Amino acid sequence: MSVTPLPVPDAEPARADRKQTIVVLVENRFGLLARVADLFARRGYNIVSLAVAPTDDEAFSRITIVVDVEPNLLEQVVQQLFKLIHVVEIAVLERDEAVEREVLLATVEAPRDIRGQIVELVDIFEGKIVAVTSGELTVSLAGTPTKIDDFEKLLGDYTIVELQRSGRIALPKIGRDVRRLRAE
Amino acid sequence: MPLEPGTRLNGGQALMQSLEMEGVEVIFGYPGGAILPVYDPLIDSQIRHVLVRHEQGAGHAAEGYAHATGKPGVCMVTSGPAATNVVTPLADAYLDSVPMVCITGQVAMAAIGTDAFQECDTTGITRSVTKHNMLVTDAADIPQAIKEAFHIATTGRPGPVLVDIPKNIVDANNPDAYFDWSYPETVDLPGYKPAPGPDPAAIAEAVAMMRAAERPVLYVGGGVLKARGAEALRRLAEIGNIPVVTTLMARGAFPDSHELCLGMPGMHGNYTAVTAMQQSDLLIAMGSRFDDRVTGKVGAFAPDAKIVHVDIDPAEHGKVRRPDVSVVGDCRLAMEAMLAELESAGGSSAFASHSAWRQQLSGWQEKYPLTYEQSAPGEYVKPQYVLERLRDLSPSDTIVASGVGQHQMWTSQYWQFDHPYTWINSGGLGTMGFSIPAAIGAKAGMPDRMVWAVDGDGCFQMTAQELITATVERIPIKVALLNNAYLGMVRQWQELFYEERYSEVYLSHDMPNYVQWAQSMGCEAFRVEEPEEVDATIAKANEINDRPVVVEFRCISSEKVYPMVPAGGSNDDILVDPSQR
Repeated sequence: MSVTPLPVPDAEPARADRKQTIVVLVENRFGLLARVADLFARRGYNIVSLAVAPTDDEAFSRITIVVDVEPNLLEQVVQQLFKLIHVVEIAVLERDEAVEREVLLATVEAPRDIRGQIVELVDIFEGKIVAVTSGELTVSLAGTPTKIDDFEKLLGDYTIVELQRSGRIALPKIGRDVRRLRAE
Repeated sequence: MPLEPGTRLNGGQALMQSLEMEGVEVIFGYPGGAILPVYDPLIDSQIRHVLVRHEQGAGHAAEGYAHATGKPGVCMVTSGPAATNVVTPLADAYLDSVPMVCITGQVAMAAIGTDAFQECDTTGITRSVTKHNMLVTDAADIPQAIKEAFHIATTGRPGPVLVDIPKNIVDANNPDAYFDWSYPETVDLPGYKPAPGPDPAAIAEAVAMMRAAERPVLYVGGGVLKARGAEALRRLAEIGNIPVVTTLMARGAFPDSHELCLGMPGMHGNYTAVTAMQQSDLLIAMGSRFDDRVTGKVGAFAPDAKIVHVDIDPAEHGKVRRPDVSVVGDCRLAMEAMLAELESAGGSSAFASHSAWRQQLSGWQEKYPLTYEQSAPGEYVKPQYVLERLRDLSPSDTIVASGVGQHQMWTSQYWQFDHPYTWINSGGLGTMGFSIPAAIGAKAGMPDRMVWAVDGDGCFQMTAQELITATVERIPIKVALLNNAYLGMVRQWQELFYEERYSEVYLSHDMPNYVQWAQSMGCEAFRVEEPEEVDATIAKANEINDRPVVVEFRCISSEKVYPMVPAGGSNDDILVDPSQR
C-alpha cells in the first residue's frame, strides 16, 4: 500500500477556504455510511455535503464528501477513514484536480408578470424548467459547484418556495496524479 | 473432528461449529433471551464456557485471556443490557489493541427497530469502540461472518470485533435458520489492508539514523508484544547497544533485568526512562503511539530527538509527533529487517559509540532510583513493600494483572518483568475493576502459571463478584488487595493539585469486611496489617492452588506514586520522591 507524506502538525492552517473534497470508494454494505459519517462527527468536523450511490459495479459505492476541516487535521481523518474495513480507496482532491458536478432543483413563485425573467435566467445558465403551474415553476440546473452557486444567488432575487442541491459528486481529472490511498 | 460439509445445521449449531473451526477453547459468557438458542448447541460443544457474574467480566476475561495467550479472546452475551455491559471491555480492548471476538444476541429480525424487549442498537452503540462490527441477517452467512471476525480481530493492528446475531437465525424451530454447512477457507474483504510489509527504503533510512545517533532510545510500546517481537527487540537493542524504555503496555517486552533496560517512561515512569527520552537525539518508537501519558506536554517532549516511528497502523504515524522516518508495518518484521541490514553493515561496529550516553544514564539511575520510605513501627504496610515482596516470593513467570490507579503504577514500577506476556493491565481506557476478570481470563488460558491480580479497594468493589466465577469454575487466581481506604490516585491529585480538599474519595479500611466478603465467595482470605506479616502470608497464598485466594493488605492512605509528571506539564518538570529533591 502507498504511504503518503505526513502532515506537519504545527503547519499554518489555511484560513481562507478549508473545504476539501474526499472521494471514498466503499464496499456496498449496510451501515457503512453511518460509519463514515461517525468518523467526522466524533471529531466535531462538519460535513458540508455528502453524495453517495453505487458505482458501475454495484458491489461498490462511491461517496463524495465535502468537509470543512484544516488540512493537517484532514490527514488524520483520512487515515482513520481508511482504517474502516469496507473502505477500499480514498482520493483527496485538490480543487484543480477534480471534475466536480452538482444538481440544483428549485421551485420558485412565478406569477405571470415575472415568469419571463425567470425563464430567461434559466436559459442563460442552460438549465431546464421541469414543472409548471399557474403560479410556480420548478427549475433544474446541473453544473460545476461554482455555476450552481452563481445561479442560486441570482435565483435569490425571486421568491423561492423550496430549493435543494444534490451535494457535490467528483472524480479525479483524467491524467492527474491525485493522492490516493488504496488497499492492495 | 470437522463436520462434513453439506450437513444440515441451524444457525446456532453453525455458530458453535464456526467457533470450533477457529480453534476457540473457551468462551466467557452469560446467557439470556436472545442468545438462548446458541446456548443449547453449546452443551454439545467441546468448547469450555466460563459463566461470569456480570457481562463486563466476560469482556475483561476475554481480554485477559488474549493478553496472556496471544490468541483472540471470545465472549458471548445476550442483547440489550448485556450488550451495553460489554461496551466498556470493547472500548478497553479497542484502546489497547486486544484481539477479541464478542458475540451478542439480538432480537429477531422482524422485531429490530420496534423497541422490542431487550433490544438496543448494538452495532450502532459499539461502532466507535470496535475495530469492526457486523449484524448477521441470514443463518447461512454465520460461518463467513465468524471467519471474518477472527481474521479482522487478529491481523494488522489487533482489536475487538463484535458479531450481532438476531435470534431468529439461530432458532432451531425456524425452518429458515437451516442451511447446508460449510466453512469458508478465505475471507473476501477487498477494503481490508491489514499488514503491509515494511518498506526496505524506510528500513534503510531508519538504520542509517540509528547508526549515527549518539543518544538513541528504543521507545517500545504494546505493538512489539502484539507482533511477538520480544526476541527481535532484544537482538536489536544488543547489537546497537541501545537503551530501551518499555511503556505501560509493553512491560515485559524487554527484560527489566537487562542492563539496557531503563524501565517505564511516562507520567509515573522512573526518572532515567523519562529523562533519557527528553535528552535523546533519536527515539525509535517501536509499536508505541506517543500517548499523552508518555509525552507529557507534546510541545516540550524530547525536543532534540529525531523520530523513527515503526507501527502497523498508518494512522498512528504523524498523529501526535511527526516522524523523520516512518516505517509502516509489523514491528517484528521491521526489526528483523533492521537486523539483517545492520548485520550486513558490520553489526555492532556500525554504530556510533554510546558509552558516554550509557554512562550518563547509569549516573541518573544511581542518583534517582525508585524509592520509598518503609512504614514506621505500628503503621500499616507500604504498598511498594508488598509489591517487592510479592515479586520476590513468586515465580518470575508469574502473570500479574492489575486494576487502575496507584496500585497499577506501583506494580508496573516495582515488579520485575523479565518475560513477555506476564503483565496485563488496562492502559488506554484505564478501566477500574479490570484486574479480577482479566486475571480469570489469563488463568483460564494459562492454567499452569501463577496468576496474581493486584487490585485497589476501589477497583475490587467494582468487579469482586467475579471471584464467585473463579471459585465455581475452579480458576484459582490470587488477589493482592492493596486496601488504602481511598480512591488513592484521585486522593493523590486532590492532595497535590486541589489543596488537599478531599472530595468523595474516602472508602474506609473496614467497610466492607473484605476477608468475610472473599470467604463468602469461596476464597481463602487473609488480612495483613503489619509489614512483619507480609512474607508469611504471601508464602501461604502461593501454596494454595485449589481455590482463589484474596490477601487484603491494609496500606497507608497517604502514600503517593512518584515520580510524577503533573498532567499537562513537561517531562522536564518531573517530580521525584520528596527524599530525592
